[in-house]
Amino acid sequence: MNKKQKKNLTRIIVSAILLLVFSLLPVKGAVRFILFLIPYFIIGYDVLRKAGKGIINRQVFDENFLMAVATVGSMALGEYVEGSAVMLFYQIGELFQSIAVGKSRKNITELMDIRPDYANLETEDGIEEVDPDDVEVGSIIVVKPGEKIPIDGVIIEGTTSLNTSALTGESLPRDAAAGDEVISGSINTTGLIRVKTTREFGESTASKILDMVENASSRKSRPEDFITKFAHYYTPAVCGAALALAVLPPLVRMAFMQADPLWSAWIFRALTFLVISCPCALVISIPLSFFAGIGGASHEGILIKGSNYMETLSKVRYAAFDKTGTMTEGVFEVSGIHHASMDTDKLLEYAALAESYSSHPISLSLQRAYGKEIDPERASDIKEVGGAGVTAKVDGVPVAVGNARLMQQLGIDYMDCHSIGTIVHVAVDGSYAGHILIADVIKPHARQAIETLKASGIKKTILLTGDSKNVADNVAAELGIDEVHAQLLPGDKVKFVENMIGAESSGEKLAFVGDGINDAPVLARADVGIAMGALGSDAAIEAADVVLMDDDPLKISKAIRISKKCLRIVYENIVFAIGVKLLCLILSALGITDMWAAIFADVGVMIIAVCNAIRVLRVKNL
Amino acid sequence: MKKTYKIDVDCANCAAKMEEAAKKVEGVNDVIVNFMTLKMKVDFKDGVDKDAVMANIFKECRKVEDDCEIYF
Repeated sequence: MNKKQKKNLTRIIVSAILLLVFSLLPVKGAVRFILFLIPYFIIGYDVLRKAGKGIINRQVFDENFLMAVATVGSMALGEYVEGSAVMLFYQIGELFQSIAVGKSRKNITELMDIRPDYANLETEDGIEEVDPDDVEVGSIIVVKPGEKIPIDGVIIEGTTSLNTSALTGESLPRDAAAGDEVISGSINTTGLIRVKTTREFGESTASKILDMVENASSRKSRPEDFITKFAHYYTPAVCGAALALAVLPPLVRMAFMQADPLWSAWIFRALTFLVISCPCALVISIPLSFFAGIGGASHEGILIKGSNYMETLSKVRYAAFDKTGTMTEGVFEVSGIHHASMDTDKLLEYAALAESYSSHPISLSLQRAYGKEIDPERASDIKEVGGAGVTAKVDGVPVAVGNARLMQQLGIDYMDCHSIGTIVHVAVDGSYAGHILIADVIKPHARQAIETLKASGIKKTILLTGDSKNVADNVAAELGIDEVHAQLLPGDKVKFVENMIGAESSGEKLAFVGDGINDAPVLARADVGIAMGALGSDAAIEAADVVLMDDDPLKISKAIRISKKCLRIVYENIVFAIGVKLLCLILSALGITDMWAAIFADVGVMIIAVCNAIRVLRVKNL
Repeated sequence: MKKTYKIDVDCANCAAKMEEAAKKVEGVNDVIVNFMTLKMKVDFKDGVDKDAVMANIFKECRKVEDDCEIYF
């Protein structure tokens, strides 16, 4: 609790005790009135002052005004206990709300605790602790174990393991050594590293992410807009209705029924009406739900750029995916060795050594698959055969490594491969030794990701790729994707997405998931663009509406489930708050309920709605 | 020129009122008040005296919400 909250708590306790004592005292008339004024002013002076100022500044019809009119009216009618109690419970509600909001604010900022406070800058006179804002690009900073990396950069010395869980939600530490890029916001856990910065602090990943989350709530969703508009018309309307309720029935009774007008009874009903009508439950709980949802999601490594995208995400029924880098690793790996006439490891060794001087992705994947230190001395006489492969001598043995054309040129009989991917034929000592299949590998969770998407209400999954038809069909079949469109240029993908959006019925949205590298126009055009594996990629963070910090496709369905939970709670609160209030308004107009029910309709509903909103924060097990 | 200021205010509705009031102040292009993070992001017009503009914003905000605070 902060100072203001403590002060308010004291006011609440003091006035509650006074109220209780005075209501038991057997005093009557003016003495009783004056006695009750004491707790009334203790608890309500600020509300009354604000209401007065509001009238002077032409800001009538806020909750202070409602409360002031209702309680002053009740006191004037001689309902001292009720009048003071309304003010008391209103303040209890306000205090609760302030504590609850403060707490969830703290929770969320703790989740997002990636803002570095300082950087250890290396200068001529040793290491100096400076504001990260003052570090220039290309400076050397030192990050000790346990510290946050303040600025994006490259390690120039030291090895360590990095905890990126605040950024990606991934709890497994990532090993890093000299030459590796490091991203601000990750925590250096084991070793001391020296980092050369590659960005300014403001352009670094941690700053960008924080900026995005903090600005997310300025993009309003429809429920939020609705509440703003609702509150705008609602309070004046209720005040009008209350006035009518206070004046019309007594006049009617006098004029047409020749009955006692019962002025005070009707005025009291009208005041009850005012207490019920206070819109705070809605005004606070709806933005709180969205904020909690965005905060909870960011902790899981899912950044949602605005409440409006949270809403759209919950309505996604069609999901289109890019293939390479989204559903597959986008890295080429040796996925098989066929028809080998020798030990497969030996074959791979020959191929890797022959290719040891090349930095072509295929050569690199051969070298990676070989896995051992490559001694370039063992390969000699290396000749590149343009567009076909290489010939070389490995340990003095002639080796040819390349595609079918190379084999034809050398006049070597080779075997074709039925699998999909790039085929590398190998000939050793003039005779065919087998081929190595290199293919893009499907991500480990991709299949499960499609299943969970379907379980969370996605009607159709679509694969959009520039790759050839049989590769695309193969991947789609393996993952269980419903529809495949292959050999698309980036422009075709945009056109496809536009057609889909044109054809979908309202309330059904299309999400496009891409790795953000060449999909920016499609990401921007889809109802929701989800960029994947965006850690460190600015283009993706700019273009997408939702950013998945790591490249696990399971996060797609998690994002959708979080948004659904968030929107469900938002609608629960809207229906619950408006429902209870309407019911109480009707009952109080009929004179069935009293001021105590009105207090519940105001404060009770608000507390329940805030508690419900906070539930959105719990997204871990969704 | 955008700058972010820390603020203190009690309720979401009051924050919205502050935003509206601040937007009308001379010398700003746009103002966004975020109640949840308690931040006010002001987009100043070029070449204005930021502190003077902030003083005006503060005055206007105090009019609509008399116990708000802006740290500038």
